[in-house]
Amino acid sequence: MLIPFFYMLREGGMKTSITELLTLLEAMKRGLAGQSVDDFYYLARTSLVKDEAQLDRFDRIFGAYFKGVEDSLADLMQEIPEDWLRHQAELMLSEEERRQIEAMGGFDALMKALQERLEEQDERHEGGNRWIGTAGTSPFGAYGYNPEGVRMGQEGSRNRSAVKVWDKRNYRNLDDSIELGTRNIKVALRKLRKFAREGAADQLDLDDTIDKTARNAGLLDIRMVPERHNAVKVLLCLDIGGSMDDHVRICEEMFSAARSEFKHLEYFYFHNFIYESLWKDNRRRHSEKTPTLDIAHKYASDYKLIFVGDATMSPYEIVYAGGSVEHWNEEPGAVWIKRLLNTYPKAVWLNPEPKQRWDYTPSTKLVQELMEDRMYPLTIAGLDEAIKALH
Amino acid sequence: MTDKRFTGTSSYIATDDLTMAVNAAVTLERPILVKGEPGTGKTQLAIEVANSLGRPLHEWHIKSTTKAQQGLYEYDAVARLRDSQLGDDRVHDIGNYIVRGKVWEAFESEQQPVLLIDEIDKADIEFPNDLLRELDRMEFYVYETKKLITARHRPIIVITSNNEKELPDAFLRRCFFHYIKFPEKDTMAEIVDVHFPNLKKDLLKEALEAFYKVRDVRGLKKKPSTSELLDWIKLLLAEDIAPEVLRGEGSRNAIPPLYGALLKNEQDVHLFEQLVFLDRRTNPQ
Repeated sequence: MLIPFFYMLREGGMKTSITELLTLLEAMKRGLAGQSVDDFYYLARTSLVKDEAQLDRFDRIFGAYFKGVEDSLADLMQEIPEDWLRHQAELMLSEEERRQIEAMGGFDALMKALQERLEEQDERHEGGNRWIGTAGTSPFGAYGYNPEGVRMGQEGSRNRSAVKVWDKRNYRNLDDSIELGTRNIKVALRKLRKFAREGAADQLDLDDTIDKTARNAGLLDIRMVPERHNAVKVLLCLDIGGSMDDHVRICEEMFSAARSEFKHLEYFYFHNFIYESLWKDNRRRHSEKTPTLDIAHKYASDYKLIFVGDATMSPYEIVYAGGSVEHWNEEPGAVWIKRLLNTYPKAVWLNPEPKQRWDYTPSTKLVQELMEDRMYPLTIAGLDEAIKALH
Repeated sequence: MTDKRFTGTSSYIATDDLTMAVNAAVTLERPILVKGEPGTGKTQLAIEVANSLGRPLHEWHIKSTTKAQQGLYEYDAVARLRDSQLGDDRVHDIGNYIVRGKVWEAFESEQQPVLLIDEIDKADIEFPNDLLRELDRMEFYVYETKKLITARHRPIIVITSNNEKELPDAFLRRCFFHYIKFPEKDTMAEIVDVHFPNLKKDLLKEALEAFYKVRDVRGLKKKPSTSELLDWIKLLLAEDIAPEVLRGEGSRNAIPPLYGALLKNEQDVHLFEQLVFLDRRTNPQ
């Protein structure tokens, strides 16, 4: 009787394996489940679910299956978590706007309306999912829930390019506490490790000791070496905001993995393209900037430079002075990236957009030329290639 | 095969699902992986399981530099080299220089032991993979002496993780899994009762009230957990704070006394104070 349940779990997107099912069956044979449904539920949960993020999903499938309710799983999966909505809204809205919303019937009413609207959106494949999944802010603007002033960029052209956006936005800093799904990225990044011995000599160097002892006519001559540390140095520049909103998740994963993998990791943010300054904190990006030249002077050329960005913008932003969407830049971005590339010969650009789309965006081709073809998709395979290029 | 079942102890409250997970692991002799917020008693679980089943406990605490091999055995080449210089007779047997690790000790135990592998996520990302065979078959090979070490009794292995790194699927499949949820108010009252049996009812009520209020603050970096609550109550008792103070403070400015025991991060303290300040401004008394 458990086999249909097992398949239902798998259909529901859980990674339950046969081994785990067998474990459960064995445990039942040993009489652990007893007679009560609760016991069986606990037992099934402890043997089939291995990730607390899936507990809720398991509960819903378990409930659906054992109540005999043939809920279509698709419906179950598409619920929009309320926390998520609330979180998004809190990010976007200022105090004043929140008060206005209160006037419109309160936060919950708004959230409900928004949720309904988002569910309708779901039917439209791309658009809907993207809006829901990516911290995209357009729904608020597009459907007029927001009072004036939070308009977050135009609808319409999908890539939102060639638009002067003057709205002051607050981009979130990328969250490096995200852990799920980073394992693969970490494993890929491991290949960039370069071990070097630095610091105090506290490990026995067996080979050298044997060698020296033999030369010393058998009298012990112990040689010590410092422990090996990962000495690779990485300078990570992340595009944030605008069209990158669609890729927040993967960028956070990448950032999170890099943070824990490299001891010498410096990161900076930019918007769309590199100009005369970068920043470390998106909340204070207008007040606390770091001049790009300072970065190039401060970090030696043995740093590996990694850009993460979708390279999707209007070509003016790259090649013209004053082309930036946010400020007046005296020198074109192309000049600035050349400067950085001259300082850091080992550099790659990781692009979260799928590779097949690169050709359709002129700016992507431009960046690719500037990077001398060292642009790789932000996938595990792409990361592997990129790391090869960095060696 | 054990006849005893784990049901929690006089100093440890185990929920039904936790009991089931532990008993499944004990019966099928497979490792149990315990996750949960810091301070919810993950490490304590192993100690209590050992206590309640009357088994010896072996603890292996993992650090970022720990290698899987260190849990099995280490070959002390330096000692042997030194002995060879001094002409010690021990030097002829390489077995004298094999230092047993925690896993080996557990395997050699006369009685079925409990082995705690604490904070497995602290180690290198490959660490769990290096232990797959050892945990599965409960045996390993000592290359220096060419001996196969097999567990006399399959130990009850309790593994804890703080989610700092994701664990590989192959490893997870071999374990039972339990996520210690943050206790509900009722369970929490029981837990506090176990630790402070003579606590006055009203103090307990007010303390729990204040505690859950702090936990409910959105955006805290580190929510206070059970162990922090217990510390805090200990402090309240030591300072002899009256329940009325907790309640009185609660309505006016909501900063509980001695909150340093609950909030461990200056950003959190700052956020909390800001919220209280806002609250006072909007609801003046």
